[in-house]
Amino acid sequence: MPAQASNATDAGPDVLPPIQPSEGPDFVQLLTPEGERVEHPDYSLDITDDEIRDLYRDLVLVRRIDSEATALQRQGELGLWANLLGQEAAQVGAGRSLTDADFAFPTYREHGVAYCKGVDPVTLLGLFRGTSQGGWDPQEHGFGLYTIVIGSQTLHATGYAMGIQRDGGQGAAMAFFGDGASSQGDVNEAFVWASVFNAPVVFFCQNNQWAISEPLERQTRIPLYQRARGFGFPGVRVDGNDVLAVLAVTREALARAREGSGPMLIEAYTYRMGAHTTSDDPTRYRLAAELETWKLKDPIERVKAYLSRSGAGDADFFASVDQAADDLAAHVRAGCLALPDPDPLSLFDNVYAEGSPLLDEEREQMASYLASFADTEAVH
Amino acid sequence: MPTHPTSTMTLGKALNEGLRKAMENDPKVLIMGEDVGRLGGVFRVTDGLQKDFGEDRVIDTPLAESGIIGTAIGLAIRGFRPVCEIQFDGFVFPAFDQIVSQVARLHYRSAGNVKVPITIRIPYGGGIGAVEHHSESPEAYFAHAAGLKVVTCSNAVDAYSMIQQAIACDDPVIFFEPKRRYWDKAEVDTTASADPLWSANVVREGITATLITYGPSVRTCVEAAAAAEVDGHDLEVIDLRALSPIDWDAVFASVGKTEHAIVVSEAPVFASLAGEIAARISEKCFYSLEAPVLRVGGYSTPYPTSRIEEDFLPDLDRILDAVDRSLAY
Ligand SMILES: Cc1ncc(C[n+]2csc(CCOP(=O)(O)OP(=O)(O)O)c2C)c(N)n1
Ligand SMILES: [Mg+2]
Repeated sequence: MPAQASNATDAGPDVLPPIQPSEGPDFVQLLTPEGERVEHPDYSLDITDDEIRDLYRDLVLVRRIDSEATALQRQGELGLWANLLGQEAAQVGAGRSLTDADFAFPTYREHGVAYCKGVDPVTLLGLFRGTSQGGWDPQEHGFGLYTIVIGSQTLHATGYAMGIQRDGGQGAAMAFFGDGASSQGDVNEAFVWASVFNAPVVFFCQNNQWAISEPLERQTRIPLYQRARGFGFPGVRVDGNDVLAVLAVTREALARAREGSGPMLIEAYTYRMGAHTTSDDPTRYRLAAELETWKLKDPIERVKAYLSRSGAGDADFFASVDQAADDLAAHVRAGCLALPDPDPLSLFDNVYAEGSPLLDEEREQMASYLASFADTEAVH
Repeated sequence: MPTHPTSTMTLGKALNEGLRKAMENDPKVLIMGEDVGRLGGVFRVTDGLQKDFGEDRVIDTPLAESGIIGTAIGLAIRGFRPVCEIQFDGFVFPAFDQIVSQVARLHYRSAGNVKVPITIRIPYGGGIGAVEHHSESPEAYFAHAAGLKVVTCSNAVDAYSMIQQAIACDDPVIFFEPKRRYWDKAEVDTTASADPLWSANVVREGITATLITYGPSVRTCVEAAAAAEVDGHDLEVIDLRALSPIDWDAVFASVGKTEHAIVVSEAPVFASLAGEIAARISEKCFYSLEAPVLRVGGYSTPYPTSRIEEDFLPDLDRILDAVDRSLAY
């Protein structure tokens, strides 16, 4: 375990270095973009080729869920889609580090984590199709509802972790958030809470370089992982496009949290290869050249290169994964189209756990109002 | 700049032109918010302004609403006129404390020594098929806070002038923009003299009943009034424009004439602005009313998923149903 990322500079605010490039000892990488296994002094991963094949499969399937959903949005079947293209390794690495005892608190983009937590991708689509507000049972999956209000869930994760401390349970919480979210008061408060209560929570920040149109420099003048130090817990930057490194670092952070060593901040350094959402047009604010450099660091290609070179993955294997992706895409598409429109009267369901006479009255009103149309239609 | 004083523009573009004019007229006017600069806002309302007025005056802020409003207060104390954009209605709440506890009270607490001429622009309302937190109508929270003024435009003509008036106002103004009407077009005469900011607008005259409404529901009410003609009803439609304070004279004059009042808005009816309006009318027009004041609005639920939002939002049928009920008294 690294003691504490120490990259403090004595320089004053006017001469702060630009946000560091993704290299050097503070950058955990175990698989290079070219598919070479490399060592890191603080993090290692005992992993078999079989397991790497499984991770490859996860990455490909998650990307396929994402591209199918994007296509469904383009065809008018979803109102919106927040794509994760480019962030597959960050999400699969973190998602596969979580055990059943751990609880994840996602943003709106964590489709890969959802997949790892066993949430049917079709269920995810309900929120974006407008047929449900979430759709899965967070308790069943250890996977919270998507949280659109930026940063809120980091406090929920911290409180959940405080609960684990108090009921003698196992496991840890993991809070997902973005580089933009790091500016929110809630996120900074979560850091304070987690720190002073030594809560078993891992803060997993996917720094995808952009918050809609705003670049990282609009949120921070130092590398994000270094913020942890000021709050009193360790921070580490990992190659977010390296599924092995992310898995190693998140496993370690969770183990540390579970054994009572408190929170940790992980900055998964990655890139949002697509638009912010299907409503966004990134050509208005960033250069295509940037995307080209990141394509060279693609999270899937490097695993494929590794498997091919080591012989652990042959043509049959890759073909079988592609087939599985096609099958999953077909499932996503058919499931999406079959999602039922909610009954208008379901509007009133679950607003309260114990009901409310006001809602009973309103439901009654709406029911008779809707029935009045049914009558008219029957007459015609 | 439009080359002719009169041109056809969308409500969104009219806001953009109004902001531009305000920035030209007063170098102290600043724009701040998430994605307002390079992107020009997610609805493009600030499109081109950073290019023309620079990054010091059109500020892409870090992603933190409390920070946007809190720093705007400091800028205002320093003599600036910040125009803050909250990206969507549902994202104003991280800033709620700064708005109701600080923005709203500074003038009062400083015995009038500190002015807080901040304008807070909030795209609001539903009907665009969005995911949660993108379709809300939180106006009542702000109207309830003493010290804030609250306005909302319903069309491009008003948008152009009202945004400038709001910015020029020495009080903090919450400026609600009906996001599903951003693309509605109208002829805007940029040289015309504008109505006062605190005045309601009778958008359709009639004698059968009064529809009192604002923001996105104005168009719905005008359409309902047109449909009601078929039944021989001649509805008056009042666009309040200002939600706090309210132009009561215009409301009472209309209700005195029609003797029937129906308040229409997207916000859930319970404990809403519509409730305040209904209560006032009942108090002041008691002897002219032929029926209790009715309210048509959202239900007492969180804003629903988009596939059933049409059942939540007041539409022509629900408005006309209320008209029938009012006239049946
Ligand atoms: C409180 C709040 N403010 C604004 C928004 C609008 N918004 C949605 S996503 C986003 C950018 C988020 O950036 P980041 O945290 O980096 O996450 P990413 O989208 O890159 O995954 C913004 C401003 C929001 N959802 N919530
Ligand atoms: Mg981001």
